[in-house]
Amino acid sequence: MAEITATHAPVTPSRGSRRWRALLREPKVLMGGGFILLLIVLAVFAPFIAPKDPLEQDLMSGTLPPSWMDGGDQNFLLGTDDLGRDVLSRMIFGTRIALTVAFVAASLSALIGTLLGLFAGWYGGWADRIISRLVDIWMAFPPVLLSILLVAVFGSGVHSVIAAIVIIDWTRFCRVVRSETQAQAQMDYVTAARTIGFSKLHILFSEILPNVAPVLIALVSLEMGIAVIVEAILSFVGLSVSSDTPTWGGMIAEGRQIIHDGWWVLVAPLAALFATVLAFNQLGDGLRRALDPVMRR
Amino acid sequence: MIAVTILNRLIMAAVTLFGVALIVFVLLRVVPGDPIAMMISPGATPADIAAMRAHYGLDASLPVQFGLWLKAVAVGDFGTSISLKRDVLGLLGDRLPATLELAFAALVLAVLVGGIVAIVGTLVRRTVLEPIIDSLNGLFLAVPDFVWALALVLVLGVAFPLFPLSGRIDPGIETEFHTPFYLIESLVTLHFAIFADVAAHMVMPVLALGLPLAAIVARVLKATLSEAMLQDYILLARLKGMSNLRLVLQEALRNAVGPTIALTGVQFTFLIGGTVIVERIFAYPGIGNMAIDAVINRDLPLIQGLVLVFGLLFIVINLLVDALVAAFNPRLAHG
Repeated sequence: MAEITATHAPVTPSRGSRRWRALLREPKVLMGGGFILLLIVLAVFAPFIAPKDPLEQDLMSGTLPPSWMDGGDQNFLLGTDDLGRDVLSRMIFGTRIALTVAFVAASLSALIGTLLGLFAGWYGGWADRIISRLVDIWMAFPPVLLSILLVAVFGSGVHSVIAAIVIIDWTRFCRVVRSETQAQAQMDYVTAARTIGFSKLHILFSEILPNVAPVLIALVSLEMGIAVIVEAILSFVGLSVSSDTPTWGGMIAEGRQIIHDGWWVLVAPLAALFATVLAFNQLGDGLRRALDPVMRR
Repeated sequence: MIAVTILNRLIMAAVTLFGVALIVFVLLRVVPGDPIAMMISPGATPADIAAMRAHYGLDASLPVQFGLWLKAVAVGDFGTSISLKRDVLGLLGDRLPATLELAFAALVLAVLVGGIVAIVGTLVRRTVLEPIIDSLNGLFLAVPDFVWALALVLVLGVAFPLFPLSGRIDPGIETEFHTPFYLIESLVTLHFAIFADVAAHMVMPVLALGLPLAAIVARVLKATLSEAMLQDYILLARLKGMSNLRLVLQEALRNAVGPTIALTGVQFTFLIGGTVIVERIFAYPGIGNMAIDAVINRDLPLIQGLVLVFGLLFIVINLLVDALVAAFNPRLAHG
């Protein structure tokens, strides 16, 4: 046992730093990750960055176009909605809900889906059959309808939105991790670990899991993009957080209502949504390329 | 062997459908908010409420309610919609065709556009055009139908108002449809003006639903085509003097169709799920739009019927895809 650890221990630190360097060489990681970092800064420091109070209504200056257009007001860079609220400030505050949902919902779905996927793929048998059947049943629900249904059951609010996303999207992780685990279980290193006498649980978490991790990390990034969209859809339908909290989806719904009088109310949050989803996708794609030894070649 | 496989698939499908029905049923019974409370008139006595509860079968215990509902569904009785006061099966019959026309039009668009992009992409391999096509394709892969739908609203509805923003047909058109398939009926009966109007209403939702799927079709087909182009039989055909285009269309495409169908089928079920929000954005009167209203109104019988229909669509499409893949793969058929 001691010899085995001694042979592969020195490799670990250099492999780690090599991965970091590979990450920073990948332009998709830099671009996507950079944009997400910018969003995090906007969300954390929103009260200092936003020019106005996002809730402050000013009916005298309702539906003003962006400042560079005819009839625009210098005080409202991206214009105002029908209640005279500043679009730019609402957009900046909207990052808070979007990112909260993205990070919490994606991490929780990854945790649950990965655990179930690892067990199903590694132990097989009845555990696998039950978990796989459950995934099949889940797939038969249209996700948007199921999320609306779940939020209706839980009552609206950010917690319900997160719970709904986790309940629906754990299957994404479960399916991928299960098949990855099955593939890894066939590898020589697993046979080797068994011959040495490692327990099944030990092999699963300290040998297989690290090799599933690259795919998993990329998937988490993609899931964050999906979570942002789902939150926007639920806000759009009017089932997410209360209208006191600015959200991109809520702004989109307002913008869709007054589309002929103030298209900019829709453009701004839609652009934010578009860029955010694209950034999470690029980041996920880049991470997969940089971390996956086969793709890197 | 094949009969056993098919039987096995059908049993699995039935189990899945039962699971879907059970989950929705239980989920709906724990919804806070009493559907009866939403529809009674202010002067109703407790006796009236109890009578109404009994009328909709909401007074029995959960397992009994589920059993009764299953028994009724088995003979085609989906109950009465609480909010629309109409027979659920009739509502589904009216609305489902609208969604089916939308979904199949989007599928056709996706296969055509995706197929063309994949073939062009394979022909321009290792030229400056390839990365351009790939990154454009990546953009359409990354951005979902919800965002495309709203972008289309802005571009084709507001900036260049070429297509109607909502509905299925211009309310000014006075015509009587004999079937709920407006697009097909108007085409078959040669009412081209009506056909054009119905089609114009479908342009934006179909683009929003079809373009992300087109990107998936393009990527899978291009990957399999590119791989096929490296095979020996392609080299042989090339040595015989076949042109590049003919190589792709006649030789490579035949072998790449199977995997593409399998993936397109799975993605098509996601597309049908996407109709829920896309129909909402364009106020299109299909089952997706109705589903959102049903949930908001706590219309239990209608939600149950709708979810069952979505589940059934999912299962039927998967079975069809399995059959198609087997048909296109001689190795599978004989195995």
